[in-house]
Amino acid sequence: MNSPIELQPDETFILNVGPQHPATHGVLRVKMEMSGEYIVQAETVIGYIHRMHEKMGEIKTYPQFLMNLSRMDYLGALGYSHGHVLLIEKASAIEVPERAEYIRAITVEMNRIASHLFWFGAFVMDLGGFSPLMYALQDREHILDILERVTGSRLTYCYYRFGGLYNDVDDEFVSATRRFIPRMRKSLKKYHKLVTGNIIFRKRLEGIAPLSQEMCRKYGASSAVARGSGINFDVRKNEPYSVYPEFDFDVPVFHECDSLARYNVRMEEMEQSLRIIEQGLDKLPDGPIMPVKKPKLIKPPAGDYYQAVETARGSFGIRLVSDGGKSPYRLKLRSPTYSNMHLFDEACRGMLITDALAFMGSLDLVIPEIDR
Amino acid sequence: MILEKTKLALQNLFPASEPNEVPTKEAGEEQDKKIPEEPRQNGVLERNYAVHGYHLDAQVAPDQLLDAITILDEAKYFIESITGVDWIKENQLEVIYDFARYDFDLCRVVIRTRVDRKKPVVPTITGIYAGANWHERETHDFFGIKFEGHPHLIPLLLPEDADYHPLLKDFKA
Repeated sequence: MNSPIELQPDETFILNVGPQHPATHGVLRVKMEMSGEYIVQAETVIGYIHRMHEKMGEIKTYPQFLMNLSRMDYLGALGYSHGHVLLIEKASAIEVPERAEYIRAITVEMNRIASHLFWFGAFVMDLGGFSPLMYALQDREHILDILERVTGSRLTYCYYRFGGLYNDVDDEFVSATRRFIPRMRKSLKKYHKLVTGNIIFRKRLEGIAPLSQEMCRKYGASSAVARGSGINFDVRKNEPYSVYPEFDFDVPVFHECDSLARYNVRMEEMEQSLRIIEQGLDKLPDGPIMPVKKPKLIKPPAGDYYQAVETARGSFGIRLVSDGGKSPYRLKLRSPTYSNMHLFDEACRGMLITDALAFMGSLDLVIPEIDR
Repeated sequence: MILEKTKLALQNLFPASEPNEVPTKEAGEEQDKKIPEEPRQNGVLERNYAVHGYHLDAQVAPDQLLDAITILDEAKYFIESITGVDWIKENQLEVIYDFARYDFDLCRVVIRTRVDRKKPVVPTITGIYAGANWHERETHDFFGIKFEGHPHLIPLLLPEDADYHPLLKDFKA
């Protein structure tokens, strides 16, 4: 006969989440020491889909590396390409026509909405609501269709070139985008009605996983993780680049520091991106999309260059150490989710495991972007 | 201005270095030509933000590193990233620390330190910035730089049994 099982009050056990688990949205593993349903401590294990983009950066020439950037964050790819082309243009002093820069800003913001829509659907699905994902993907489909027309791809875009763009936009792009804006505004209202006010949803997030500003600073958090903790930090405003100073938009900041605040920031950001797109279409100047004198061979002078941009997931930094050659001497990619994910280990101590998974969803993780 | 404050605080780390005398024009031209050949001295430089994308560039000795990072921590900078560069011709490895600010007083600071390629040891800054943990592990993965005092210096992105450092210039796959 079995002896009776007695649980010791201070007994802990190790729970292994992932690397293949639906809640981790990719190949991510978390080792958790549990006391009942509470996490004593956690250790995140990453690197399962590490592809060494930085080494590829050193081997390939500058134009050959263009397509690698969109393979990092497959949901918000254009933001990363934008940072890359801005850096190389700055380093080699290439002038970009204004029209190209406006189209870049418009497409980046479209991509940001698409990325946030996917996050919204997946996040609510983590919490047990399935249908919002379907609505979100339907809206996202419109953006993908519009972007496919001009970029030629639906996910891993390679649209920007050093000095401009691969392809100009046409009237159909402009009118389709204009049609999309009111549709998206209507959808946002629907989402707020469907999800934001839902009492079960709110109870799962309110007051959960508070992140202090000090913790954000020590880990270098950005995007909604920082802005949900009352830090007014958006690279588009703090360190203006491209044509963003021309646009009138707000940076949503919430001071509750909890998972709901991070949700609210992203929902509000979609509206702000719509405002940028609207103004961008109004102001879109005529003209060329590539400089008259196309740069033939990209060879930035020797030196050390840095460029930060605000992608859908936060502050993406890219550093180039050039020795004047045809390919970079060193290319460092600083991915925002890497820093955002890093604080999970410290923040989830003492949390219920269900809350920790909701917290993980509120970080908006894209694993290939962490692993690079 | 935080830029001036940080610059002054970082310059205090180098008591021996005197402010550069303004050379005459001819001497200045000669010096400009010499710069690429001479290794850079430790010290603080102000960079042209429009060209380089950062404001302050401080090169410190490894034993000054913790002091420099503490200055930035006290001035409320956040850690952006840590990375390395392999200067194989000079037989040195460089560790680069990037810092930026959350407020609108825009100032990006780069701290660099160089170590011998054969004995790459730098003190860890995880005691000051907890978020340096993964960045240092990643730099250890790619360059084999040892961060002395790091609590958990095992491979992060590379396989757990990796004994190679792929971003070293003499790495052969």
